Amino acid sequence: MNNNNTIQLTYREALKQSIRQALQKDERVFLMGEDVGRYGGAFAVSKGLLQEFGPERIMDTPLSESGFVGAGIGAAIAGMRPVVEVMTVNFGLLAMDQIVNNAATLYHMSGGQVNVPLVLRMSSGIGRQLAAQHSHSWEPLFAHIPGLKIVSVGTHEDARQVLLAALEESDPVIIFEYTSMLNLESEISTNPETVDLVHAKIRKEGKDISIITYGAAVYKSLEAALDLAAKGIDAEVVDIRMLRPLDETTIFTSVSKTHHALLVEDAWRSISISSEISALIMEKSFYELDSPVQRLGGVEVPIPYPKHLEDACVPQKEDIVKKVIKMLHHD
Amino acid sequence: MIEFTMPSLGADMEAGTLSEWLVKAGDKVKRGDIIAVVDTQKGLIDIEVFDEGVIQKLVTKEGEKVPVGSVLALILSDKEQGNVKEEKPEISPIIEAKATEKVAVVPPARIKASPLAKKIASDQGIDLTNIKGTGEEGVITKEDVEKAIAAKEKPQEVKRAASSETIRMAIAAAMSKSNKEIPHYYLQTKIDMRNSLNWLSEANKQRSLKNRLLPVALLLKATAKALTIVPDLNAYWENGLQRKADINIGFVISLRGGGLMIPAIHDGAKKSVDEIMATLSDIIPRARVMKLRSSELSDSTITVTNLGEGSVETVFGVIYPPQVAIVGFGNISEQPWAENGMLDVRPVLSVTLAADHRATDGHIGSRFLTELNNILQNPEAI
Repeated sequence: MNNNNTIQLTYREALKQSIRQALQKDERVFLMGEDVGRYGGAFAVSKGLLQEFGPERIMDTPLSESGFVGAGIGAAIAGMRPVVEVMTVNFGLLAMDQIVNNAATLYHMSGGQVNVPLVLRMSSGIGRQLAAQHSHSWEPLFAHIPGLKIVSVGTHEDARQVLLAALEESDPVIIFEYTSMLNLESEISTNPETVDLVHAKIRKEGKDISIITYGAAVYKSLEAALDLAAKGIDAEVVDIRMLRPLDETTIFTSVSKTHHALLVEDAWRSISISSEISALIMEKSFYELDSPVQRLGGVEVPIPYPKHLEDACVPQKEDIVKKVIKMLHHD
Repeated sequence: MIEFTMPSLGADMEAGTLSEWLVKAGDKVKRGDIIAVVDTQKGLIDIEVFDEGVIQKLVTKEGEKVPVGSVLALILSDKEQGNVKEEKPEISPIIEAKATEKVAVVPPARIKASPLAKKIASDQGIDLTNIKGTGEEGVITKEDVEKAIAAKEKPQEVKRAASSETIRMAIAAAMSKSNKEIPHYYLQTKIDMRNSLNWLSEANKQRSLKNRLLPVALLLKATAKALTIVPDLNAYWENGLQRKADINIGFVISLRGGGLMIPAIHDGAKKSVDEIMATLSDIIPRARVMKLRSSELSDSTITVTNLGEGSVETVFGVIYPPQVAIVGFGNISEQPWAENGMLDVRPVLSVTLAADHRATDGHIGSRFLTELNNILQNPEAI
């Protein structure tokens, strides 16, 4: 399925290609984490990379998140460009001390002398029935911390490009990848647009309402926008992408155009990315609003095991369509 | 429960089309509020309510044409609202008293509008109180304000004006009915206006240009005062003579595009000449753009036609049914005037009365014109 301009590939393959390109491009780059080598990655993202790049650069670690994230921080300080994979965001909590007290803080504590160019990759969200200890959407938890850059990979293009941009940074970056999207196929350009870690991305332009979203909710929002178009509603879909720091300008510009904003995310609804953006819109774009900002977020329970309950825990396309119609047509 | 009905805006009106509701169920209304717009032969007329209470139900839908007297809406009066609460049996007397108190406190109607709608309205100088919100729970949205701006930019005449043809038809119907049914008798007299004009010119010396009195204001006041002495002409003929307590003089205003409007000057006897002048200044421009209130179109008890601006000396009117009289004023012109064996030149006004012979006789009409003359000879006592 390869022609001159586009290539059909899965989200998993896009991620793997980005890691491979990073390893080829810069010999300081190495991948480290649980099962990334011999097993090929818990979700098969790094399959074949050990054979290609050898154990020095594709490094299996013990089940010791605090230890190997800490080792990654040390390597980064020492001049390497480590890519550390934390199997799921839930395990990321074990490394929280290293992430907050070292990675995010050393630049400040050293008076600007010590940068930590660490890249952490974490799988996030529902989708594989891994229940309440492997399936959460904790982007807001990490986006709360100053000193980190948080990126959410909501599309195949970004899966292909974000890691390369993150490795250009001199400060710690956490990349959220989505388990539910690994097998999803899409067509992307063979020469995809480079990504910067500054800007949100308008995935679809529209004039009637801004659906502001990130992560696994981006494609759902785009599908909802298609349904809405059939009903005569021209929705704009804004992929926030950078969860810290937020690209406020793109968000405000969109709201100033459409005058209605719906925020959609899989993470628990309260104290979320949506809460923050809703407050920002109120503070800085209040007089552009023609209706109250609305939010669709995750149901506030530990993620359940059964598929139908897993699906019921996060906003789906139908929920987005329904909410937009209610906002604009009041029924 | 009070019934708010389709008013009769003239003897010729049989039905009206409810063009627009300006209130919705649950809204609080008070006497004098304009709550609906009705489409008649005379154009779109603002309809007022004469009771106080809360709109319980809008019975007639927008766009529906209904006969005069049909119930348009039901209004729950304030008193009834109190009763509704008191009827609840389980509530103990103390709590009941509190509940009644609560009902009595009506919160001021807060206008709900989106921040953007408010901003646009304030930038464009749009009053939100008259805009009907279409957003969630009646919130005024950007779209509603933009519609109001568009409506404002369109000249009012275009939207409200009945065609001159429909006005013509309305006049034709009323005048035919009058000439067919009312046996008119006509009286005419000449009045020396010297005292009145002198009084006016003295009075105007103390008034700013804007507040200056025109002779017609004095003539209307004098007419009202004469009617208090001869009340039989301030009446309707409906199964006999029905005297009217209030003297509401319908004042004929000719429209630039042809046709007439006859708004009522309410309570002429109780108004001062200045107040009548102020009413005229308010009502004439509104009549010309057909923005009259329902009460102004339906409350007249007698008509005055004044052709004083032209060169016509005498005008004989046709009575507007069910009224029983019409007074006509011609222009004031200098004429030879014989008095006490001497000839002088005086400003003279020709006044006529056309009256319904079923209701009154020439003697009554004569008394009216005599009283009118007496009043105009002593304007300082007015």
